[in-house]
Amino acid sequence: MGEAIVITSGKGGVGKTTTTANIGTALALLDKKVCLIDTDIGLRNLDVIMGLENRIIYDIVDVIQDRCKLKQALIKDKRFDFLSLLPAAQTSDKSAVTTDGMKKIVAELKQEYDYILIDCPAGIEQGFQNAVAGADKAIVVTTPEKSSVRDADRIIGLLEKEEMEPPTLIINRIRNHMMKNGDMLDIDEIVQILSIDIIGIVMDDDEVIKASNQGEPIAMQPKSKASLSYRNIARRVLGETVPLQSLDTDAGMFSKMKKFFGIRS
Amino acid sequence: MLHEKKQLITIKGTREGLTFVIDDSCSFEEAYIELGEKMSISLNQKEEPIVPVVVRLGNRYIHSEQKEKIKNLIEAQNRFSVQSFESDVISKQDALLWQENSTIKVENCIVRSGQVLEVTGDLLLIGDVNPGGKIMATGNIYILGSLQGIGHAGTLGDRNAIIAASYMKPSQLRIADYISRAPDYESEGVFMECGFIDEKQDKIIIDRLSVLSHRLKTLSGFERRIKNG
Repeated sequence: MGEAIVITSGKGGVGKTTTTANIGTALALLDKKVCLIDTDIGLRNLDVIMGLENRIIYDIVDVIQDRCKLKQALIKDKRFDFLSLLPAAQTSDKSAVTTDGMKKIVAELKQEYDYILIDCPAGIEQGFQNAVAGADKAIVVTTPEKSSVRDADRIIGLLEKEEMEPPTLIINRIRNHMMKNGDMLDIDEIVQILSIDIIGIVMDDDEVIKASNQGEPIAMQPKSKASLSYRNIARRVLGETVPLQSLDTDAGMFSKMKKFFGIRS
Repeated sequence: MLHEKKQLITIKGTREGLTFVIDDSCSFEEAYIELGEKMSISLNQKEEPIVPVVVRLGNRYIHSEQKEKIKNLIEAQNRFSVQSFESDVISKQDALLWQENSTIKVENCIVRSGQVLEVTGDLLLIGDVNPGGKIMATGNIYILGSLQGIGHAGTLGDRNAIIAASYMKPSQLRIADYISRAPDYESEGVFMECGFIDEKQDKIIIDRLSVLSHRLKTLSGFERRIKNG
C-alpha cells in the first residue's frame, strides 16, 4: 500500500512542479515505484519538466469522465520503469475534476505504487481541494520571501483542517549571499513563523532551470548541489535521518576536504 | 377590621437622591398599584430640581417591559428620574452570558494567515498569531507566544481591555474602536509588552507588562463586569 503526498505552496512560481518532478525522480533513483499526478488542470507543466509532453494521449480528466482506463492514461518515464506520470488536461478547467474522482484515482494508484506525488496548482480554490483530497501527507514549498511565506502559512492553516499528518516544509531557491546579508528571510525565521518540521532546503541554482527546459530533472545530475538537496529530501521522505546541508558553500567544501584527508580541526 | 397592611413600597432619602424599596413578596400588580397611589399623592413642583431615583427590588426579578412600566409611572407626574434598578437576582440567561464574559478562554493553536480566532470574554492564547492572522475578544487578550498579526480586544467597545503578548510585533492593534498600526519602517518587535488605551494621549500605546500591575487592579476579576453590567 503506497503513500500519497501532495506538494503545495499557495503562491505560484515557488517551484512546486520542479520539486514534484525532482523528488519523484530521486525516489525512482532509490528504486521506489513512483507515480506523479499533475492536478493543475488547464495549465499543465509537470509533463514538460519531465520531458514527457509528446507522449500524452489521455489525461486525468479523461480518467475521471470514464473516457479511458487509469492505466491507459499513465505515461511511463523514459528513464525509469517504475516512474509514471498522470498528466493534467490542457483543455478543460478545474471544475472537471472532483474530490471524489481524485480520491478514487489515488486509492487505485496506491495499490500499484510506493509513492504518489500530487502536484498541486497555485491558489486555494477547487484545484487545491482536489489535489489535497486523496493525500495522506503534504509537503509545503516556500521561498525565503515574505509573500511566499505568508501564503505557505495560509496553506498550512488549511491543511491542518484536513485529516492528514502535519505538513513538512521545503525552503526553495535559497540565495546564500542574500540570506547572509539579511536581505532574505533566514531559515530559522521561516521555521519559527510556520512552526512545522523542515524536510529540505534547496539552493537557487541556474542548473535547475536549464535542466527543466531540457525536460531532464536536475535530480538526474549527480554533481549539482540542488540535485543533492532533492535526493536528500527523497531519503527523508523514506524516513531516513539526513542532516540539512550546510549553507556555507566554502566552509562546506573545506570541511569535506578535511574529512577526506582525515584532518581534524 | 384593621386595615393595617404591610407597606409594599418604602421610600428612603439618601444623599444621592431617593431609594424606592419594593417589597419582594407581593405580586408585581399589587406593587404597581401601590406605587401608583404613592406617586399620585406627592406633588408636582415645577421649580424643584430633578431627583435621581434608585429602585431596589430585593429578590424580585422584573423583565424589561415591567422596568419600563415602573420607570414611566415614577417619572410621569414627578420630577424624578430613575437612575437604575437594583435586584439581587438575575435571569439564567443573563447569568450564563455573564459567566461567558467573565471566564478566560484558553486556546492552544497557531492562528495562521487568513484565520480568525474570535471569543467572548478574555482570551488566553498559547501559541502564535502569524502575520495575516487575526484574534478578537470581547475582553482582554493574553498571548503566550508572538503576536505578528492583528489583535482586537474589547470588540464590543470595552476601552479598558488590554492586549498582552510575550513577543509583540503586531501589524495592527485594535482596542474597542481605536486602531493603531505598525510603523512603515521595518522595526523589531518587543518582548513581554502590552497594548492599552492611554486616556491622556487618546490612543493605543505599548508599554512594559509591569505597567499593567496598577491598571490590572481595576481590570481583573468580576468587579469590572458587574460595573459594566
